[in-house]
Amino acid sequence: MVSIDSTKEDLNLVIKVTGDVDASSSIFLDNALEEAIGNNERRIMVDCKELDYISSAGLGVFMSYIQEFENNDTQMVLYGMNAKVKNTFEILGLDQLLKITQNKEEAIELLK
Amino acid sequence: MTKKLKISCSKDNLKNIRDFVIRELSNEGLDDVEMNNIVLAVDEVSANLIIHSHACNPNDYFDLIIKKIKTGITFEFVDHGVGFDIQNYETPSISEIVKMKKKGGVGLILVRKIMDDIKFQNDGNKCVCRLFKKID
Repeated sequence: MVSIDSTKEDLNLVIKVTGDVDASSSIFLDNALEEAIGNNERRIMVDCKELDYISSAGLGVFMSYIQEFENNDTQMVLYGMNAKVKNTFEILGLDQLLKITQNKEEAIELLK
Repeated sequence: MTKKLKISCSKDNLKNIRDFVIRELSNEGLDDVEMNNIVLAVDEVSANLIIHSHACNPNDYFDLIIKKIKTGITFEFVDHGVGFDIQNYETPSISEIVKMKKKGGVGLILVRKIMDDIKFQNDGNKCVCRLFKKID
């Protein structure tokens, strides 16, 4: 089960992901990012503090937007991952392709 | 020790599979990251079987068998359907997946990076995918 909650904070859209993102639930994360694009959001912060687990289905969602975000000048930062989730990104080297920070303050700083 | 879980081919069962692996390995002295990696690899193979080999048909089943041996742990996925030949499946590169904006394709890369050995056997009656993880 996953819960996705999108909130506007100043110029940033914060997408809070809670629970497990796997092959059964990654569609909800995908929908939230698709909606952000539809609303012309250009600064997206993904709050991963309550993200307990992510499988390749969730990683694939983030990967599928890398090119598009580069093309339309959209910035996305993921922050607050626990060690398990961060390691999952690192296994594939996605920590080099995506912007990942330890906390929200660093994420905001990166978007300035 | 051998433990078996019979799984109906619905994506909703992935969480049950992860919980089963965590429960069975809870006394192995694994840290959070090691445990998560093993759970992740089992989840990825299960998702492939459910989605690609059985088209998410909940009337189809496969067995997940966890065996603890001296050198580590084996995870066997026993399937009476078409199975999934993980051993010979060619995975694209990460850069190709990013360029093609694909949402899938990295699961088996994860499995190969996490597990120490991967085997696939099809004897005509059943397909067995076997993962092995060394445990120190």
